[in-house]
Amino acid sequence: MSEFAIETTNLTKRFGDVVAVNNLSLKIPYKEVFGLLGPNGAGKTTTLNMLCTILKPSSGKALVDGHDIDKEPDAVRKSIGIVFQDPSIDDRLTGRENLEIHAALYGVPLAEAKKRIEEVLSLVELEDKADKLMRTYSGGMRRRLELARGLLHYPKILFLDEPTIGLDPQTREHIWKYIKELIHREKITVVLTTHYMEEADELCDRVGIIDYGRIVAVDTPENLKRKIGGDVITAEVSKPKELAAELRKHDPTVTPGFTEKIIRVTVPEGEKYIPHIIHAADSLGMEVESVSVKKPTLNDVFLSYTGHAIREETGKWMGTMSMVHRRRIK
Amino acid sequence: MSTARSIYMLWLRELKREWREKSRIIASLTTPILWLFIFGTGMRVGKIEGIADYQVFIFPGVIGMTLLFSSIRSGISVIWDKEFGFMKEILVAPVSRTTIILGKAMGGATNAFLQGIIVLVLSPLIGLWLDPVRAVLALPTMFVMALGLECIGLLIGIFLDSLEGFQMIMSFINMPMFFLSGAIFPLNMAPKALAVVSYIDPLTYGVDALRIILLGDYGVLPLWIDLVIVCAFALLMVSLCSLALRKRKQ
Repeated sequence: MSEFAIETTNLTKRFGDVVAVNNLSLKIPYKEVFGLLGPNGAGKTTTLNMLCTILKPSSGKALVDGHDIDKEPDAVRKSIGIVFQDPSIDDRLTGRENLEIHAALYGVPLAEAKKRIEEVLSLVELEDKADKLMRTYSGGMRRRLELARGLLHYPKILFLDEPTIGLDPQTREHIWKYIKELIHREKITVVLTTHYMEEADELCDRVGIIDYGRIVAVDTPENLKRKIGGDVITAEVSKPKELAAELRKHDPTVTPGFTEKIIRVTVPEGEKYIPHIIHAADSLGMEVESVSVKKPTLNDVFLSYTGHAIREETGKWMGTMSMVHRRRIK
Repeated sequence: MSTARSIYMLWLRELKREWREKSRIIASLTTPILWLFIFGTGMRVGKIEGIADYQVFIFPGVIGMTLLFSSIRSGISVIWDKEFGFMKEILVAPVSRTTIILGKAMGGATNAFLQGIIVLVLSPLIGLWLDPVRAVLALPTMFVMALGLECIGLLIGIFLDSLEGFQMIMSFINMPMFFLSGAIFPLNMAPKALAVVSYIDPLTYGVDALRIILLGDYGVLPLWIDLVIVCAFALLMVSLCSLALRKRKQ
């Protein structure tokens, strides 16, 4: 038995001349929540599709739950649950019917399936919608049902491909809540792809930054951000210089920058540092007029690791847009 | 056990999808009824040698047509499944491609079969009082016919990605297969060239079998030859479909 849920060695996928995934070597231990972070077209979904046995790798090797994706695809499929980026439900059936088909396909025994369906429905709070046709569901509800379905057969590893793409910010947070809940309750390994820094931050134990099919950095979100400096807090005070000195007295690692009225501090966790600033200002008898936190964006992280900004990809972006559109019109 | 359950669930899914859509059922029953009542009645003006009642003569042919149109049309479900992503859900499941094809093909075939039964039940309306034993004996033949035809639809669906493309190909298949099957004229009186082409059409054997079983008349081939060909065709098509699905992953 492998000690890693996922272990890839020089995993490579070529489409003609294009190398979508380039010598990817990764080790993801059991029960970890791992995020693949990168822009559209970086090779995230291709990597996931190979791990899910949808695509055959051009070269290299990957073990999922100890099974070779190339030689034992059926064993791999039994160990994993997948929530695809694009919708993959039958919207002319009810939510429960979709789950029942899934249970049959994955060989969950009937009596067990009945109980389990209730369990996963309650996890995503769709019990009272379960017998309605899926076409009447909202985008967020569909996503939740897909989450429930991905978990139904007790997978050891759950793949989530861009779990919140195309959803509005409120629904996104809602989905995060369910994902966290399921991580907590099911104690499974989760591998998710995303191009939202905040999503990786919110959900993942470790994040791999992927660009042009290569992993350029793997670490915890905190460390990744620390390496690029983290959140930038900007505060408006009367005497920034004194405040800067005061802050350094408490924590010599911070290096505040300041102008005549503005102090700028870069710290790993911006929100948690704000009280320090207020406190320090208070002790100097200063008033803080305004304060703002700027989170590092994927772009910042990217820039720092790859030396270039996220490339413009009109085509891909349009693809995403039309997908969002498709999701809406249904 | 688990395979049987998977096939059953996929079969049930096709049935639910079809029968929840009432307009679809009505639409697919309209065509055979038009042929039977309007075309069939209109053609009574001239007498065809050897045919006592033209409406009765085409009745097995119209059942064959119902099976054909409904089966081919349901192949479009593969394209829907691809378009709406459900295909991915099925393809990553730990079940064999044959299981998937059997579930889908039997589901679509059952839908066509049930529509065929509705037409069969309408027979008294054209003054045809079928022997109940003969009617029951026709059922297995109808189902196996539907299964083979259904797989033609699935095969097209597996290789095409667009609904428009499917509809175009469908019209290229439906009418020639229907006309060539001898459903609306007796093959033994047709010009030789036409008759030869007709024997390439798998529907010919089904219609011929149904005529012999239901009416006990107008058969052009021995019943056993018809049945062997109908069964062999269904078997061949099911195998072709699961092979095609294995070749085409998405």
